[in-house]
Amino acid sequence: MADTTMAYAHSDPHRLRGIPHAAVVHEGPAPKRIVTGFGFWIFLLSDIVMFSCFFATYAVLVDQTAGGPNGSELFDLRRVAVETVLLLLSSFTCGLANIAADIRNKPWFQVSMAATCVLGLAFLYLEATEFADLVARGAGPTRSAFLTAFFSLVGCHGLHVSAGILWLLTMMAQVFAKGFRADIGRRIMCFALFWHALDIIWVAVFSVVYLLGSKP
Amino acid sequence: MSDQFSEQHRIDLAPGDEGEGGVGLRVLGYVVGLGLAILLTATSFFVAGTDLVWQPSIPVAIIVLAIAQMGVHLVFFLHITTGPDNTNNVMALAFGVLIVFLVIGGSLWIMANLNQNMMPMDQIMQMQR
Repeated sequence: MADTTMAYAHSDPHRLRGIPHAAVVHEGPAPKRIVTGFGFWIFLLSDIVMFSCFFATYAVLVDQTAGGPNGSELFDLRRVAVETVLLLLSSFTCGLANIAADIRNKPWFQVSMAATCVLGLAFLYLEATEFADLVARGAGPTRSAFLTAFFSLVGCHGLHVSAGILWLLTMMAQVFAKGFRADIGRRIMCFALFWHALDIIWVAVFSVVYLLGSKP
Repeated sequence: MSDQFSEQHRIDLAPGDEGEGGVGLRVLGYVVGLGLAILLTATSFFVAGTDLVWQPSIPVAIIVLAIAQMGVHLVFFLHITTGPDNTNNVMALAFGVLIVFLVIGGSLWIMANLNQNMMPMDQIMQMQR
């Protein structure tokens, strides 16, 4: 008897214990963590499709400068490089926070999330100073179609990062107050997915907008 | 028969979740991902500003490096793999990528076509007077 239980434990993910055809007929719903994660993954993909519309708009309008400045006159690649490193490191610390949540280690979770938050805020600060600088030089979003597309695309990413930071602080507070409950674990997983997806979109932004745009 | 079935039908993984491995291995995965991402980013920024390569190849190089880096992020940070427990996640991703290519490629194609075939705007305005 003990042998059969042991044998089934390896090839029986649903713990059906020796009712082999039950796995075929009554598999039942997937665990909630998988359903939630998959649903959020679908949302992220739809978010990426929305960003692709902003990218298409930008690519179509990039030469329509209406006699105003173009990208190579406006962009400061050193600032963009620092922003990129900040966001990459925040993705890394977010991954560490995810691992800490899985092994239910509160101090490491809070430290990694705090690091993610600081890196994200530094990114937002740099982006805000860049926008303020452009507007001060008379290159605001109303100057030309190119700048409208630029501010919508990069600003939309910035808004996502801001929303991500609010979510991050909420997760820190929830873990502090309620601990690692199953539902909070799912929220942490979704947050990590969201933050990594933002980093993927930033890769497209710095490549397409800043690096290609800095070519004269 | 039943063993074969359960071999093919292993439990699914949520996107972002990893299969096996201890904490050390998982942290190592993120370290490798971060290293590759920084390497690709540095290459991108270097290629964008260099005079060492044939200039018209630079945009292509930047796009290729960007796609490679997105792949690195997907594998090492989002843990989207080709494993049997990841089929649903990969199918959703493939559909998303299809739509992204249709939207961006289609827009660029149509707008370039219009630009080529339409009269410049000032001439249209003159004809309407």
